[in-house]
Amino acid sequence: MPYSDKVIDHYENPRNVGSFDKNDPEVGTGIVGAPECGDVMKLQLKINAQGVIEDAKFKTFGCGSAIASSSLATEMVKGRTLEEAMQIKNTEIVQELALPPVKIHCSVLAEDAIKAAIQDYQQKQGAKLLQNADVSATETVVA
Amino acid sequence: MSVQTPIYLDNNSTTRVDPRVVEAMLPYFTEVYGNAASRSHPFGWSAEDAVENARNQVARVFGADPKEIIFTSGATESNNLAIKGIAEMYADKGDHIITAVTEHKAVLDACKHLEKDGKKVTYLEVKPDGMIDLEELRNAITDKTILVSIMTANNEIGVVQPMAEIGKICREKGVLLHSDAVQAYGKIPMDVNAMNIDLASITAHKIYGPKGIGVLYVRRRNPRVRLTAQMDGGGHERGFRSGTLNVPGIVGFGKAAELMQQEMEDESKRLTTLRERMLTGLKDAIDEAYVNGSLEHRLPGNLNVSFNYVEGESLLMGLKDVALSSGSACTSASLEPSYVLKALGVGDELAHSSLRFGLGRFTTEEEVDYVVRRVIHEVSRLREMSPLWELAQEGVDLATVKWNAGSH
Repeated sequence: MPYSDKVIDHYENPRNVGSFDKNDPEVGTGIVGAPECGDVMKLQLKINAQGVIEDAKFKTFGCGSAIASSSLATEMVKGRTLEEAMQIKNTEIVQELALPPVKIHCSVLAEDAIKAAIQDYQQKQGAKLLQNADVSATETVVA
Repeated sequence: MSVQTPIYLDNNSTTRVDPRVVEAMLPYFTEVYGNAASRSHPFGWSAEDAVENARNQVARVFGADPKEIIFTSGATESNNLAIKGIAEMYADKGDHIITAVTEHKAVLDACKHLEKDGKKVTYLEVKPDGMIDLEELRNAITDKTILVSIMTANNEIGVVQPMAEIGKICREKGVLLHSDAVQAYGKIPMDVNAMNIDLASITAHKIYGPKGIGVLYVRRRNPRVRLTAQMDGGGHERGFRSGTLNVPGIVGFGKAAELMQQEMEDESKRLTTLRERMLTGLKDAIDEAYVNGSLEHRLPGNLNVSFNYVEGESLLMGLKDVALSSGSACTSASLEPSYVLKALGVGDELAHSSLRFGLGRFTTEEEVDYVVRRVIHEVSRLREMSPLWELAQEGVDLATVKWNAGSH
């Protein structure tokens, strides 16, 4: 199985391995894949009040291409707004890493992980807004 | 202490040809190059003598008669010839074959081929240790059964089946027994008569001989086994297998077999010690490392271990200076992990996490120690990167997690 130099580089020197506190309201967590399929990716995004991704971390159980795809994904999302990050396509990862056809699913998984992390963040924010709305509503009644 | 890399630990896949074997083969390329079937001149006679000598050497290892040795191109051909040849020859007697789910593809696919032709095949399940259930085998045999095909030792997990007991059942029931003995031949004691094996497939390249030369053992007496040849031609090898004999290959097979027999006892002990050293080294340093298949009923040189929370292919990528194979099939389009490990009831995630270590004649203690250190290092590194390991450390039971496999 020949790997491209870029896959090997990301595998040997993965960028941004690690975790953020998943309960942090500024953090969105996406976990995609399944152990029985041979790959699970966890991608976490730290998003500031302006909706810009300030930092990203990943952990991946999977083949070298899966590790490389998620490592690259953390690099790609940093500095982008959520809208921009939502536009990232797996084909960009395929091209950048020169993934062979049998490994395209790794890039798909990385794209899914980005979207899942953003969704998680938005849900958290939505819940917070609702919570605030509830609080103000209660206050109004009390007043 | 220094070792030369890359280190070869894939001896269940193939082996390095022993220099003594190469030496024995060489004259048969340029000096004794006659066709063993040429009866009219000394070139042919010398070649025939060499073939008959090799037939003796090969037969002796497992108690066969030299006349029962049929040379083929390898074990895939031998398995095909045995299964299809018996099915065709004994079609009047029955149409049912019994084999096991953990057999080599050459056996399974030959059986599937026969199913397309209307034959019936029973695939026996195996127990969690990889052994077949003898009662299940006995119960599966019907009056339509013509052949049982069970491998002596498995190529992935090295588990050795109780061939003598299997042979006894087959003999009682009057059913022929074929065994894919590729992994076991020359490595553990085998006797085709004591085990009541009627047909056996073996190959030279697993025993430090050349590739491209195999044997089908076909019993000649009690009972006399008949076969329909699968290739038409000059009627070589008692009419079972036409084609000019590969004399250098056959000479190499003979020499390789002779060496296996001479060294079996010592080598078996040496490899068992090395394997134990490897397993102890790995288990002492790595939590949740599980051996796949029985350790008790196992080839001396085989070790198959799953390292939980680490995917096998990425582990292999990290161990680039060690030649190994993995039960993870992330390289194939199917993404299905090893069917052998799945048959043991090993979960998919553990099957994806497995490595097969195949120790052999040229494996040294230094190499084993080096590989143990490298595996420990890579498993630790990849676990630090593994979300599954992280969840497990947090006390999450992975079996209860609902995974979102997404669109892949």
